[in-house]
Amino acid sequence: MNKIIIDPVTRIEGHLKIEVSVENGEVKDAKSSGMLFRGIEFILQGRDPRDAQMLTERICGVCPTSHSIAAALNLDSAFGISDKIPDNGRIMRNLILGAAHIADHILHFYHLSALDYLDITKVASYDGSDAVLSSLRNFAERGKLGPFIPRYEGDYRLSDEITLNVIAHYIEALTMRRKAQKMVSIFGGKMPHNMGVIPGGVTMVPTTDKIISFIWRLNELRDFINTIYLPDVLAIAEAYSDYFEIGVGCRNLLSYGSYDLDGKESDLTKRQRLFKQGTVSIDLNFNKLDITQISEEVKYSWYESGSAETEPKFGKEGAYSWIKAPRYGGKVYEVGPLARMMTNYVNGDPRIKELADPILSRFKAEPKNLFSVLGRHIARAVETKYIADSMQDWLLQLKPGESSYVDYIIPDDSIGVGLIEAARGALGHWIEIKDKKIANYQCVVPSTWNLSPRDDSGQPGPVEQALIGTKIKDESNPFEVVRIVRSFDPCIACAVHCIKM
Amino acid sequence: MGNVEEYPIIWLQCATCTGCSVSILNSESPTIKNILVDEILPGKHLNLRFHPTIMAGAGQAVIEEMEETKQRKSGSYILMIEGAIPTIEDGNYGCIGEKDEKPITMLSAVESLGKEALAVIALGTCAAFGGIAAAHRNPGKCVGVDKLFKSLSIITPLINIPGCPPHPDWLVGTVASFLLNGLPKEEDLDEYRRPKAFYGRLIHERCPRRADFDEGKFAKNFNKPGCLYELGCKGPVAYADCPLRLWNGGVNWCINAGSPCIGCCEFGFPDVVSPLYQKMDVEALPIVGRRIEIE
Repeated sequence: MNKIIIDPVTRIEGHLKIEVSVENGEVKDAKSSGMLFRGIEFILQGRDPRDAQMLTERICGVCPTSHSIAAALNLDSAFGISDKIPDNGRIMRNLILGAAHIADHILHFYHLSALDYLDITKVASYDGSDAVLSSLRNFAERGKLGPFIPRYEGDYRLSDEITLNVIAHYIEALTMRRKAQKMVSIFGGKMPHNMGVIPGGVTMVPTTDKIISFIWRLNELRDFINTIYLPDVLAIAEAYSDYFEIGVGCRNLLSYGSYDLDGKESDLTKRQRLFKQGTVSIDLNFNKLDITQISEEVKYSWYESGSAETEPKFGKEGAYSWIKAPRYGGKVYEVGPLARMMTNYVNGDPRIKELADPILSRFKAEPKNLFSVLGRHIARAVETKYIADSMQDWLLQLKPGESSYVDYIIPDDSIGVGLIEAARGALGHWIEIKDKKIANYQCVVPSTWNLSPRDDSGQPGPVEQALIGTKIKDESNPFEVVRIVRSFDPCIACAVHCIKM
Repeated sequence: MGNVEEYPIIWLQCATCTGCSVSILNSESPTIKNILVDEILPGKHLNLRFHPTIMAGAGQAVIEEMEETKQRKSGSYILMIEGAIPTIEDGNYGCIGEKDEKPITMLSAVESLGKEALAVIALGTCAAFGGIAAAHRNPGKCVGVDKLFKSLSIITPLINIPGCPPHPDWLVGTVASFLLNGLPKEEDLDEYRRPKAFYGRLIHERCPRRADFDEGKFAKNFNKPGCLYELGCKGPVAYADCPLRLWNGGVNWCINAGSPCIGCCEFGFPDVVSPLYQKMDVEALPIVGRRIEIE
């Protein structure tokens, strides 16, 4: 048995170690380890509840908007105003979240994932007149290819022409994701760590000039998504179609749903959302969401077992990660864009079917083939288009000059829950308030689900399951491992959490 | 092209949220492509040898790349540190990777790379002062680079560029100044080792809502016009040039979005400015900017 250790796994957020054992070219065992503990939830205890969205968004600089909105929904619920947020506030939160998702997905495909498929050194032989490619060639000619070398060598399959196109798009995507961050900033004040999302709504009143400046940035992004991002994902799928079979995972998907389409239903598991709440299995069996089914287990994590609060305990016998193991009904669930797409797909959402079905028929694939490395990339690109197209309508629903915020009184004692979909999947925040202070705060975060270690009954986490059984062609260049891991878009600063409520 | 001078950079991510890196990705002019690929100034190229979020390679190969850069370029590389440094349990709450199956703690990496760097830039409030990671209860006993260096008697020149996150211009401007003029002189930095060029004046001094403050027109709630002081704004004690520079290419900034400044560049953030939405005592207001009675 050979051991392959990848530490650090790069081009993700945070500190992740992946270890696989390989026998006769096949992964027999896999371990996913989060390598940083900060304990933000401990830091929240005793603070003013209103600070929760400002502090929890700093869990992650890639997806702060998701945390700020999960926290705001959580506080809305604890303050008893979930059904009173003005439509302007609800819609601006959707726009802030949507713009951030677009930025994240473009970043993930081009800057975090593409180098696993794209031979960027081919730019050295570029002899055309494109200014960007020429400047990259000059860069390559200086012989200092940091940070693009060292890398895995071998399995780069794209033609020269497609390679050069995607390299140019890698650079263009830097500009486009920056524009999407500007869109967050238009209503959120700044990015990363937007300031606009607060309990009660949003700090800013929408104005027509802001709306139109948002619309035209969105239009540029929609062009990029339609003419560059989606086609590039499909070009890579064409060249690497075996990845419809690789990285299947745990075969169960979970979505909390996201993008509130109405604000009157206080129960977030029942609220009308663009992405629906529920679970989907690989045989396309759908079930409604029941958050009482969620548990967290720590047998293989560096925490004391059994106590009400999970205190860190580095070096615990048998443990190998700072990430805990959340489970749903005792079973292992994957979260993320694939879960969102499939939840809407099995519920017959016509827009999702319209986007996904032609892709399935082009690759002669079944919906179950989407439970794969390529399925995750395709789901991400499809939902980027779906979200961007929806945002146009939302912008026109805003009422310029009208309120986006409702006032509240902080209760002495209360509890709350905030459920949303971060770019990487289902994100839940829970709060307990005592004497107007935070007594307890808990986050269960997408990468906690996906990158989790084994649970108390020994079931490996979703990424671990996706790795086990994979054939590795070249153990000194284990492309399969990093392609599988990155298809989940790991975010480890988010994943590591500790409080049990 | 033979004359291009290479400036090797090692970028360590410690107890961070990666928000500092994302903020630098948002740099408007120069763009991140200009910063990393092009000559950022004529004849000068920033050669990024190690950055976990960007680099193509993974695992031991990139750790070796980092170590080789340290050995080959000893005394001539710039060390960027993002995130605070956990010191509890010999630093074992945070590791950047491993070599020959031995984990490398953030603590040991900052120490060994910090000693031999030409200069260290502590990017973001966590790296500079501990920040969010070191906020009360501080579960990982996190510290900023300055405090760690003092405890280890490391004397490598240090520049702090705090902010949660820092504005990309603050880093780019600091690096450009270094490339053109060398390391900053002591008088270019404030008592917290922040470049005065960016952190020299209070938010409050240049706030667009300053006239409202002076006239006592205070917003009583969000969504309302007026100075945000009563909603907890920390602009009167926070040093940064946000009101003039604006964020994300000028589209907005905190106070223009109706959100009180939370003083994210300050030593002791977030504890010293918490609760974030609670009005500061009048006694905490600085003399500068206090209204002068006109006879």
